[in-house]
Amino acid sequence: MAADLHPIFLVEEALKAIGLTTADGHCLIPGNVLHSWVVMAVLIFLAVKATKNITLVPKGLQNFFETLIEGLENFVVANMGEDGRKVFPVLATLFIYILFSNYEGLIPGLDAPTANINTTLSMAVFAFVYYQYWGFKLHGISYFKHFAGPVAWLAPLIFVIEVIGHFARMLSLSLRLFGNIKGEEIVLVLLFILAPIVSTVPIYFLFMMLKVVQAFVFFMLTMLYLKGAFEEAH
Amino acid sequence: MRKGFLSVLATVALLTVASTAFAADASVIATISWAAALGMAIAAAGCGIAQGLAVKAACEGTARNPEASGKITVTMLIGLALIESLAIYALVVSLILLFANPFV
Repeated sequence: MAADLHPIFLVEEALKAIGLTTADGHCLIPGNVLHSWVVMAVLIFLAVKATKNITLVPKGLQNFFETLIEGLENFVVANMGEDGRKVFPVLATLFIYILFSNYEGLIPGLDAPTANINTTLSMAVFAFVYYQYWGFKLHGISYFKHFAGPVAWLAPLIFVIEVIGHFARMLSLSLRLFGNIKGEEIVLVLLFILAPIVSTVPIYFLFMMLKVVQAFVFFMLTMLYLKGAFEEAH
Repeated sequence: MRKGFLSVLATVALLTVASTAFAADASVIATISWAAALGMAIAAAGCGIAQGLAVKAACEGTARNPEASGKITVTMLIGLALIESLAIYALVVSLILLFANPFV
């Protein structure tokens, strides 16, 4: 039955072909790590290619990246104010990396690294540590006022709830991205089993939109958390 | 009274199902499949209602004040993402039940 079916991933097969296997025949390096390496290679290649001959009037790849990054920067500055420029590189990196990882899942023979909980959790942990770092850097010890709530005598109670809430952000960020991408891949596989090609091609267009939305949601929520860490406690 | 009677009945029914469910291996799988499918269905239904309400409110807001559409869209997207994560939790629980069940 369904247990016999398993996808063939080109990169893993290539690694197996050159002998990088464990004792029981699996690939030595986990699939999500391999596929994130693919995304990194593609992004580095595109970045080098786009910035090789920079012209005043952009064309081709340079035009694409300028539009993308300028749009993102305008969005961040509109939402966070001028402070947003300090954290913009990290936010844009997250968006572009997640976007390309999500799209990798749509290519036959490749897999989305974000369809694995380890990848998304590592990004969520990074986002969490990063905005707490900015909070402590900007406010020093008074950053704890963010967790204390408005009423002094309720502070011990609120503090516990706030800390749990902040850790739950990590959980929700990682699970949302993982669940969406994994769910989309499962839907694709099921539709392919039911009616190959005919049913999968239309759904590709829907998923191409949804993957942008998911990357944007991760980017936007990270931006909102950073905004919360930037502003003064009240 | 009626409510209490109903809940007692439901508990008895659940207990009977549970005792038969864990009797044999095939019926354990059947019960897990039921649980995963029903859990996802209920989560999707609630999530659909909630997202529909959110989009409805956003559409009405945009119709009343078209100039605020940018801000409304961003707020709606955040809200939709937060609502959607509830259904995603149900999906993750279903996936754990199906593929990584610690009790089977």
